[in-house]
Amino acid sequence: MPIVAEFLIAALIVVGAFFLLVGSFALAKLPDMMRRLHGPTKATTLGVGSVLVASMAYAAVVRGTLSMHELLITLFLFLTAPVTAFMVSKAHILRDRPERAKLPPTGSEKGWATLDPSPGSTDELAGFER
Amino acid sequence: MRKILVPHPILTLLITLVWLLLANEFSAGHLVLGLILGVLIPQITSVYWPERPKIGAPLTIVEYALIVLWDIVVSNVQVARLVLFRRSDGLRSTFVTVPLDITAPEAITTLAGTITMTPGTVSADLSADGRALLVHCLDVDDPAATVAQIKARYEARLKRIFE
Repeated sequence: MPIVAEFLIAALIVVGAFFLLVGSFALAKLPDMMRRLHGPTKATTLGVGSVLVASMAYAAVVRGTLSMHELLITLFLFLTAPVTAFMVSKAHILRDRPERAKLPPTGSEKGWATLDPSPGSTDELAGFER
Repeated sequence: MRKILVPHPILTLLITLVWLLLANEFSAGHLVLGLILGVLIPQITSVYWPERPKIGAPLTIVEYALIVLWDIVVSNVQVARLVLFRRSDGLRSTFVTVPLDITAPEAITTLAGTITMTPGTVSADLSADGRALLVHCLDVDDPAATVAQIKARYEARLKRIFE
């Protein structure tokens, strides 16, 4: 395979590995739950993204085939990462009393959905001690 | 009649495309199988999803996708720098409230997802009436500027796409 392509693919893998490492490091280093969420949600996207681009480039240059299902992995990652982060932070707001006191007001008479179930929905918090 | 056969045309196209990508090769057989799935799945699930979301402004969608991709790269570098070179207790993390102008559930979902993927922000909760989004910022100088940027950069474009 051409040397330029080899360098490019290797560089993509190294960059990807670096950002994945930073993402995991952030999870360990940052001091509280909400800040820890920032590491895995972001650093992982670019990390996995560049490894997948490297995989597509490898298939195109070395095997001479067009490999596109890496795009699907990216798509599924983009769909799942924010939803996971959202559910984790909702669970955190529900469970952590000091954090709840720090929340800014919503700007309307209704509260945040985790703590103030909207009318018409089943009251999932009914038995929960607030 | 069209509404019964193809309740969500865009979903039909998307499922066919995803099927072709999963198969990882293009052939007439995969295309036909993908189309069959793309017609059957929306028909079966349309009970759970009666409304057809309005999606317009295709150029804005492309523009939005490019902006978000660029912001993801930038945000990765920024967050990596904050994590590696800043003392954790020196980070000015805070919650901010982003009041929403958009009302379509699909638009709000996209906005919340985008906020999580882009520079130093994670969406944490939605207000019970769906009029405001709770966003956690990792390191912020001016919370008002962050809110203004989210509204101008993402929300304004989503409003054009979904409403």
